[in-house]
Amino acid sequence: MEQTVIILYQVLYSFSFLVLICLGLAVIFGMMQVINLAQGEFIMLGAYVCNVAVKDGVSLWLSFLIAAVAVGLFGILVERVLIRFLYGRIIDTLLATWGLSIFLVGGTTIVMGPTTNSIPAPFGTMYIGAYGIPAYSLVLIALAFVLLIGTYALMRYTRAGLIARGTMQNPVMAAAFGIPPQTVYMLTFGFGSALTGLAGAIIAPLSGVSPTMGIFFIAKAFVTVIAGGPMVLLGTISASALFGSISGVVDYLTSSVLGEICVLLVAIVLLRLLPSGITGKFRRGI
Amino acid sequence: MLEIAGLNAGYGRIPILNGVSFSVAEGEVVGILGHNGMGKTTLLKALIGELRATGGSIRLEGRDITPLSMARRARAGLGYVPQGRQILPQLTVQENLRMGEIMRGGVSAIPEMLETFPVLKPLLARPGQALSGGQQQILALARCLVGQPKVLLLDEPTEGIQPSIVDEIAIALKHLQSALGLTIILVEQDLHFIAALASRVLIIQRGRIIATIAPTALADPAIVAEYLGI
Repeated sequence: MEQTVIILYQVLYSFSFLVLICLGLAVIFGMMQVINLAQGEFIMLGAYVCNVAVKDGVSLWLSFLIAAVAVGLFGILVERVLIRFLYGRIIDTLLATWGLSIFLVGGTTIVMGPTTNSIPAPFGTMYIGAYGIPAYSLVLIALAFVLLIGTYALMRYTRAGLIARGTMQNPVMAAAFGIPPQTVYMLTFGFGSALTGLAGAIIAPLSGVSPTMGIFFIAKAFVTVIAGGPMVLLGTISASALFGSISGVVDYLTSSVLGEICVLLVAIVLLRLLPSGITGKFRRGI
Repeated sequence: MLEIAGLNAGYGRIPILNGVSFSVAEGEVVGILGHNGMGKTTLLKALIGELRATGGSIRLEGRDITPLSMARRARAGLGYVPQGRQILPQLTVQENLRMGEIMRGGVSAIPEMLETFPVLKPLLARPGQALSGGQQQILALARCLVGQPKVLLLDEPTEGIQPSIVDEIAIALKHLQSALGLTIILVEQDLHFIAALASRVLIIQRGRIIATIAPTALADPAIVAEYLGI
């Protein structure tokens, strides 16, 4: 019984963690087809903004919001000065965002120092039998679900979501309906960036905050979104569920290193069998 | 309603339109005929703003819209049904229709449009890509009309569509045109379709309008042979 609860928790936690680091990428890479190699650094920026705000006495919850807004605005700036000249140019985008990523790591190291900072996780430790877990991880799980459902509802049911989905499918037709595509691209990139920054802030109390933290997330996030396939949100949910379950169970039974290896092996086999991802054969969805 | 004067446009440095001039009165249907490669589609793209004009001017209700972007021309009242229909594949039929009126304020015109094109009613929840060519064409037309454009630009609505649906589209357009007083510029290769709808037909050749003929003249093989060489 106890063991079942622990494994269930591990799976839920791995799933939620993946959803958090993937959601922004699902919008930026999945919907917009922009390969943003600085995605990990957007997570890092969110974590730092949260870290600075908390140190200045702002409450953790308000700090999350500040991180989302700050990284969202930063994303809009990056879109205006960099990304908007590179739509449809994959190699150029890779180079430019890789450069941005190096710049952000270097810049943060100079300004904030190379050390790892920590944000104290609230709520202390909870015990399942003898097994201790940070109670904050339950908050992280809840927030991941809220963000996932919120993003899905925004894209699926609102006017803004419809405009974004329609414009990404055919920007020329969107313009024929009177929608300015450049504005929609800019705002969608900003929204994806805000989600990424928020994710960084939410994971910061558990992961710690350092200039190079983005590297740990970027590969996992891309693997998950690519394995998810063309329906970006449903794909991210299903791939996160699959990889989250595997790493949750294997982490618990062996070690987190083996967990990561298993996830990568499964991803390779999955993409061999379903080259266009889990949702490649879905006829409709988001 | 729409005045086009000395319009030049092309792709990159290749000019396609060389001084196209004509005007369209309110409620008029103007057909545009010509061989492939003569600039018919380019003309529509230059009118809606997908291609920038390199010279000349376009006036809508007296206002110069030449410097406006495609989105702003659409909001100024130009509706565009492009070649190949361009249905948004992953949006449902309902969502495709909503896109058509998404920047227009006021009451939704979708329920009314579904009365005009009842064939769309059972398809509302289907993704756009699951529709047949004829259904897509009807959807493209309905999607444009719910935006309530002042001038409708139609690029080969009969292309690749089975004859029964071509007739259906012709009847619906004719009906809508007289009921709503629609102004239409119709690029078409199907002589029967254009003769049934247009009040005047312009012949385009090498990027210029070379003649204006009456739609009834399309029944005359000598005239058709002279301008179109069919």
